[in-house]
Amino acid sequence: MNNFLSISVYGSAIILILIGLYGVLAKKNLLKVVIGLSIVDSGLHLLFVAIGYVKDGTAPIFSPEVIGKNVQMVDPVPQALVLTAIVIGFAVTAVALSLVVRLYRHYNTAHIDEIKNLKW
Amino acid sequence: MIKKIIVLFILVVVGIFLIEAFTKIPFGVKRSGVSDFYLIESPQTNKVANVVTSIVVNFRGFDTLGEVTVLFLAATGLGSILYRRRKKKFHEARVKIASSRILQIGAQMIFPVVILLGAYIFIHGHLTPGGGFQGGVIIATGFLLLMISYRGFSVNHRTISWIESLAGMTFVGFGLIGLIKGTTFLQNFLPTGELNNLISGGIIGIIYVAVGFKVASELTGALDTFLLNNKQVTHLEDEE
Repeated sequence: MNNFLSISVYGSAIILILIGLYGVLAKKNLLKVVIGLSIVDSGLHLLFVAIGYVKDGTAPIFSPEVIGKNVQMVDPVPQALVLTAIVIGFAVTAVALSLVVRLYRHYNTAHIDEIKNLKW
Repeated sequence: MIKKIIVLFILVVVGIFLIEAFTKIPFGVKRSGVSDFYLIESPQTNKVANVVTSIVVNFRGFDTLGEVTVLFLAATGLGSILYRRRKKKFHEARVKIASSRILQIGAQMIFPVVILLGAYIFIHGHLTPGGGFQGGVIIATGFLLLMISYRGFSVNHRTISWIESLAGMTFVGFGLIGLIKGTTFLQNFLPTGELNNLISGGIIGIIYVAVGFKVASELTGALDTFLLNNKQVTHLEDEE
């Protein structure tokens, strides 16, 4: 059971990261590139939280039902880090999107090949 | 075509190495480390039920201040990148097509509930899952609902920046009071109360409420900037 859980969680995180990287590398539309970046973000967050998982652990909240019973709790540190990472990811996405809007306004397109000097 | 092959090759290599790395990390195993300290210290010293909140606001409070600053810088950068002089026909069309009557009345009915939910989540950030960032995002979604359903709706940027500055100053002010009364920045100087009470945890609850207000106002301002600019672009296209 644990093995299945680990394969599915790590697997889906890795698949999300690869999908996002594919979007960043292969897509021509700048909006899709930004979407790819945020998909990579989601994969990384899933990976962080999965590393902090402890078998049969509950959420790290000392609610009245939990106090006094010797329960196992998952690692709270990766969750706090992911909270930070989500906010930073939002900031990066917002600034990237604003640059895309600015480029669109200048060249009237968000397609990489039609914007000069941005071909590879 | 050759580009696609290169990309797929890179992805396969990255994927193989990620799988290699992550099969070596044991899953679901308790790792000894700083988390034990947090799990013991948070309910005993801080009297905060939600350990994640305790870490984010108290043990790593300075880090959270930096995070809020990054959010503020992003909102400012957004405004300066997308800046454009306002036109006269400004209020007419935020969205090109007016939304239907059903959406408008539904938005009216849902909006107060969304705001209430957001406020609940950031006020109870130290007791239940959630906190300032999550509650702030929920409140901003409420405003987004109004923005997309009413063409004339716009938020007052002056009010937003006042709320934002006040919330930020509350955060820094409580940190400085901690520095004066205690020993370190963001020292918990208020009485901590009892575990699982609404008024507990000293400054942690107050700071998370301030963070909630700050995030909500920043995100609302950012959404407003984006939608505003779309509209101006469509206007220019109309004129040309």
